[in-house]
Amino acid sequence: MALLSKKDTSLILDPLADNNPITIQVLGICSALAITAELKASIVMALSVMFVLGMGNVVISLMRNIIPSKIRIIVQLVVVAALVIMVDQVLKAFAYELSKTLSVFVGLIITNCIIMGRFEAFALANGPWRSFLDGIGNSAGYGLILIIIGFFRELLGSGTLLGYKVLGDPIEKTGLYAIGYENNGFMLLSPMALIVVGLIIWVQRSRNKALIEEN
Amino acid sequence: MLEHVELFFKSIFIDNMVFATFLGMCSYLAVSKKVTTAVGLGAAVIFVLAVTVPLNWLLDQYLLRDGALAWLGPEYADYNLSFLSFILFIATIATMVQLVEIVVEKFSPALYNSLGIFLPLIAVNCAILGGSLFMQSRDIQTLGLAFNYGLSSGIGWFLAILAIAAIREKIRYSNVPAPLRGLGITFIITGLMAIGFMSFGGMLTGGDEAPKEVEQNTAQKVEEDKIIEETKENTVSYNNAIINE
Repeated sequence: MALLSKKDTSLILDPLADNNPITIQVLGICSALAITAELKASIVMALSVMFVLGMGNVVISLMRNIIPSKIRIIVQLVVVAALVIMVDQVLKAFAYELSKTLSVFVGLIITNCIIMGRFEAFALANGPWRSFLDGIGNSAGYGLILIIIGFFRELLGSGTLLGYKVLGDPIEKTGLYAIGYENNGFMLLSPMALIVVGLIIWVQRSRNKALIEEN
Repeated sequence: MLEHVELFFKSIFIDNMVFATFLGMCSYLAVSKKVTTAVGLGAAVIFVLAVTVPLNWLLDQYLLRDGALAWLGPEYADYNLSFLSFILFIATIATMVQLVEIVVEKFSPALYNSLGIFLPLIAVNCAILGGSLFMQSRDIQTLGLAFNYGLSSGIGWFLAILAIAAIREKIRYSNVPAPLRGLGITFIITGLMAIGFMSFGGMLTGGDEAPKEVEQNTAQKVEEDKIIEETKENTVSYNNAIINE
């Protein structure tokens, strides 16, 4: 492929596993935990972050030679805030119910550490095309974890996926419920998000011993 | 006065920033390896929240919300600038953090030495922006309550980071499974702490629901009494009818 060199592909693929923003770099945890009780909200959040991070990385990368380094944080915040306002307005216009579920967490994309972290670490030192790929890669890694958490929390917590009753109807006792299965309502409560992330980290690090910390 | 007390305890324990809404998790996880640094960051968060939430409340009240510009004159009453709130809130926070840093450095070098390095970190701490956004979405009524909300949310965050730092200092001596060491076990402990903090939720609902139940009970009793009386009357008149016959 001429479009993506080997280096460019690694920009996209690395953050998916061994350099994942959530489980390895520990960035952007807040939103990952708060909105993952439903799969749909997780997917929308992942797409919003992908848009903001991809576009933001390009904009910052284009301006990297004219931003005075003393005020770069404020410049970055303004760029992110403008992009997030766009996302917020689009969500309010086309998916009002969902934007109520996400509530303040759309606004909190501004302070999502992944975004500032990638601006500082990558976009300020690289060209627009590579920054764009880096943004897409990192937000994909972030989205992947969000979707895994959302999948398990919605499946085990309310027995649905994207609102479809995949395990049968709990009231009419069809499907799994016929043999006495019950939803674990605890999965919908916020503490379980933390524990699910903890378990994901456990699985990932026992598969890849190089990632284990000292203590 | 009572609403102040209620908001204070509610923001610290029930709506705790870390355990209920997961705000400021990044710095919570990154800076909680030692108690002393955790205390420094926690104090800085309390300080900045207590300053920025009331400021953003003023901005929201007199500039951003629907009809907020009415004080300029009747022709401005229709404007709704609330879509600008993200950018204005974050600008306020970033400038306030800079300002606070400069002022503290000038007037209290001792405080600057303990808080100083954390202040720049705070501009991008979600807890700060989250405080302002929750203040907006929960419709906090007065400036005093906004200050109270900022202060008590900060104290809640401080408590959380202090607790996890203390646990992490001790857990170094425990035999944690290797893949869980560091980050993994911290997540799980935070989850367990959040479950613990959920029990404070009973403080709120317990106070709210009890009187309603009593009311329901009395209402039911009144209805039951009526039915009993009616049946009594019916039987009496029935008896009388039989006797008359």
